[in-house]
Amino acid sequence: MIRINCPWCGERNMVEFTYGGDANNVYPGLSEETSEKQYFEYTYLRDNPCGPHLEYWHHVNGCRQWIKVKRDTLTHEVIATVPADKPVGEKE
Amino acid sequence: MATQSNRLPGGGEIDRGKPLTFRFDDKTYTGFQGDTLASALLANNVKLVGRSFKYHRPRGVFSAGPEEPNALVHLRSGDRQEPNTRATMIELYDGLIAESQNRGKSLRNDPQRINNLFKAFLPAGFYYKTFMGPFRNTRLWMFIEGFIRKSAGMGAASGLPDPDHYDQMSRHCEILVIGGGPAGLMAAKSAAANGARVILVDDRADPGGQLRYEQYEIDGKKGLDWINETVAGLEAMDNVFILRRTTAFGYYDHNFIGCVERVCDHLPEPEGNKPRQRVWNLQAGHVVLATGSHEQPMVFGNNDLPGIMLAGAVRTYVNQYGVVPGKRAVVFTSCDDAYRTAIALHDAGTTVVALVDTRKLDSSYAQQLLDRKIRIINDSAIVSAQGNADGVTSVEVHSLSGGGAQRLDCDLVAMSNGWAPALHLFSQSGGKTAWDADRNIFVPGDSKQAECSVGAANGNFSLKTCLEEGSAAGAMAASSTGFNTAVQAVPAVSEIHESAYEPLWECPDPAKGHPKKFVDHQDDVAVSDIQLAYREGYISVEHLKRYTTLGMGTDQGKTSNVPGLAIMAEARGCSIPEAGHTTFRPPYTPVSMGALGGAETGEHYMPIRRTAIDSWHEEQGCKWIDAGIWRRPRYYPQSGETIRDAFIRETGMTRGSVGMCDVTTLGKIDLQGPDTAEFLERIYINHWMKLPVGKARYGMMLREDGIAYDDGVTSRMSENHFVMTTTTANAVKVMANLEFYLQVIWPELRVQVTSVTEQWSAIAVAGPNSRKVIQKIVDIDVSNEAFPFMGASGCVAAGIPGCRLFRISFSGELAFEINVPCDYARYVCEKIYEAGREFDIVPYGTETLGNMRIEKGHVAGPELDGRTTADDLGLGMMMSKKKEFVGKRLAYRDSMTGENRKKFVGFVPADGKTPLKAGAQIVVNENAAPPVEMIGHVTSTGYCVEHDHPIGLGLIRGGLDAWKDRVVYMSYPLRNIIVPMKVVSPVFVDPEGERLHG
Repeated sequence: MIRINCPWCGERNMVEFTYGGDANNVYPGLSEETSEKQYFEYTYLRDNPCGPHLEYWHHVNGCRQWIKVKRDTLTHEVIATVPADKPVGEKE
Repeated sequence: MATQSNRLPGGGEIDRGKPLTFRFDDKTYTGFQGDTLASALLANNVKLVGRSFKYHRPRGVFSAGPEEPNALVHLRSGDRQEPNTRATMIELYDGLIAESQNRGKSLRNDPQRINNLFKAFLPAGFYYKTFMGPFRNTRLWMFIEGFIRKSAGMGAASGLPDPDHYDQMSRHCEILVIGGGPAGLMAAKSAAANGARVILVDDRADPGGQLRYEQYEIDGKKGLDWINETVAGLEAMDNVFILRRTTAFGYYDHNFIGCVERVCDHLPEPEGNKPRQRVWNLQAGHVVLATGSHEQPMVFGNNDLPGIMLAGAVRTYVNQYGVVPGKRAVVFTSCDDAYRTAIALHDAGTTVVALVDTRKLDSSYAQQLLDRKIRIINDSAIVSAQGNADGVTSVEVHSLSGGGAQRLDCDLVAMSNGWAPALHLFSQSGGKTAWDADRNIFVPGDSKQAECSVGAANGNFSLKTCLEEGSAAGAMAASSTGFNTAVQAVPAVSEIHESAYEPLWECPDPAKGHPKKFVDHQDDVAVSDIQLAYREGYISVEHLKRYTTLGMGTDQGKTSNVPGLAIMAEARGCSIPEAGHTTFRPPYTPVSMGALGGAETGEHYMPIRRTAIDSWHEEQGCKWIDAGIWRRPRYYPQSGETIRDAFIRETGMTRGSVGMCDVTTLGKIDLQGPDTAEFLERIYINHWMKLPVGKARYGMMLREDGIAYDDGVTSRMSENHFVMTTTTANAVKVMANLEFYLQVIWPELRVQVTSVTEQWSAIAVAGPNSRKVIQKIVDIDVSNEAFPFMGASGCVAAGIPGCRLFRISFSGELAFEINVPCDYARYVCEKIYEAGREFDIVPYGTETLGNMRIEKGHVAGPELDGRTTADDLGLGMMMSKKKEFVGKRLAYRDSMTGENRKKFVGFVPADGKTPLKAGAQIVVNENAAPPVEMIGHVTSTGYCVEHDHPIGLGLIRGGLDAWKDRVVYMSYPLRNIIVPMKVVSPVFVDPEGERLHG
């Protein structure tokens, strides 16, 4: 049972959260200049790393804030957590 | 009543002043307070306690702990009967009832013991092989299989509802100590003294571990006294919590440990309101594993006879329970430990015929045995045992250097092939085990989580080391979780330094014959099965396990995995670490489903989500239907009505006059802020910037991949205030999605979203007379001129201020939806019903709600199935060309557009009578041979009351453009149904929309 340190609420059990996918994925922006390929890649293409991974979690049964969690997919170690609109250390 | 012929007059931890009566099979016995079922049976000289899994060989008590493979019984009777309980772990209580398992009418005369004669035909892989032979798939085989299944097996569940309840609790601590033996107690003491919150978990009624049956002195006191003092000291501390009768069964991520506490299993039935068992979800900063070790058996011919037991278990029965399991004992060992069993047996008055030691060396205990005139036979092994269902009668001993065969008469064999650390929890934590070649055991290697192993679990069996490691680990754990690091002084102990253990994994065959040498007693896996697996190529330990079932029983091979893999390593000619061991998986010991379910059973399995008008529906006599966890009225039957009668009546009365429906379950999201219109512009496919205050609009959202996601009506209550509705099913997901866009993608937008589904109740009033009813309720003018279609306004309803009125329609009729703060919902509902009485207002449920939307051709869940686009659903015109919105670009991909898309249409059966079936496929040709091309499917079906015929909605390739007024076939091959039907517009009533606007 993973514990996640919500930047707003503190350390909480994972049952309070839902998983929201890859946070390295940058939204292409709603603009006519954005190509179909960019939307396609945003929607479908994901890395599947073994090791540290940046991902979105939603504190859905808590403060309802989306946060970024840097988690090791091999060990489940939670390395860092920040509000979703903030960067986590260096670029993943 | 049988007497306790094997009970010693004194000694042990049992209370001879408290005799207990119990029944095993058809006989009544007595035992004492403090006994386990196993010790009480042995006290009464009951040797035969069960039949083996496959061969139905007689089996007796083997161990004294959780590793027990043989003594599995049905405990209790009736609805409390529990199968496969280990007699070694059942605390005796007065009136206990137990029955042996896997037998015919009688345990002694079990007819299936005949299987033992055919054992040559029942080797490993027998069952698999029967799938492949000439009889496969024949009636004969199916017939025989029934018998095989019946004869191989374990206990049976009662089949009755469990009368007891179960519980789940969570608790956190800095330091969790698992195992209350000397190492664990010392660790807990050390950690607690430094101020950390400590939880100590022990699987017995009282902690103490080996000190409960060994005869050590600590600090000049009896071991037991030291335990009692230590436990009392821990209990007096506020920062220590001791869980007795609790097994840590699983070690999960982030130091999360699952435990099960047998709260009332030692009682006939739970007392007071206590649960029978309780699962503890523990999470710790640091875990100290003091889980001890399991003694390993010797593997020799007929080593499964009753009366052949683990040496440590024999010593436990003598010292802790005051029971000698035999009159004439042979001790057989490859380590010093079993010498103490010989001493204990001798001192209790049992004749120890000989101690057979596989080693050549002189044990540190040799002199003590010689003092007692116990014969030691070195460099020798038992090669076979003789006996019957009443137990072993003699053993044949061979010298390992050749020759020297002798037969020893005995009724008890105490064997020990060393001790294997209990690495289960360590391994589950992700740690890798390591092979210690000097000591011939697997030990914990590198840790993955914040834990450490101490004492026997760490491969260090001496009492002194256990205490030292415990003390150091407790202090280290305290320090690593932010507390002081003082180390508790380790008390002095009386202990002999033991000589080295030299395992003998398999004893040689006797001079004559090849009796079965059992490795896994519970699953009837013998050395010959392992060798067969090797010959047939199943040489990896994981294959070995699955092919032979080695270690797959309820004991999970605690006494068979190590010998089994060692014998496989021997066959392969490789080392034991090269052969490796199988994965340790939770649970460590079986956990009842009841405990895992906890209190979440029956009506508590899922919460019932009720609308504020729930009680009113109940009074109207509705039938309920689950919508997620909501419960909604499905229909309101009048006497003798079927569901079909009811929804046709409700539909007719609504379209004929007026009906009312509770639509509270629709998701309601309140959006406020200066950028709200801009936000809606981005997430909906249609326009919102110019929506006037006081107006509602139908909107549709797409997913990022362009598929239709959710629809609903959103209204502008003021310049910066909108109220959105979502479908019932997607309410939670849409809310989380909006939050994602606002918090992650466009944090610059000034919009606040709040779910208000629970705060507002919603009642739809529909039908040509709905305006007349609503006008009696609200304080605003609801004429067509003042409040036209898609109007939205605040209002006072039935005297209740702060309500909202919308002129929206899901049925296609003139309709209103009134939103009421939920506390007043039932009151307003009653007032509407009263106001509507003169128009014969009818309450309608989801069945009618659905039927009317199908008649009107509105899409809902069955059409928004995650594969359809807005264009497929006939809503392509809504997609704005002038703006960007979520999902737009991918919705226009080649694969999402074009003539071949399946599009939304309506169906009418060609005969005007045959009902249609949702989910049925659509084919072009009535008589085509398979494979038949499927050009679409039926999504929703209903009954058009106005035109008096069945109708359907669905998706068909090319849509109306390709198929309008043509006949296709609804195919439902499972029932051999094929129905010709005409493709029509999906709008069956009021296609011009005159009623809506009227």
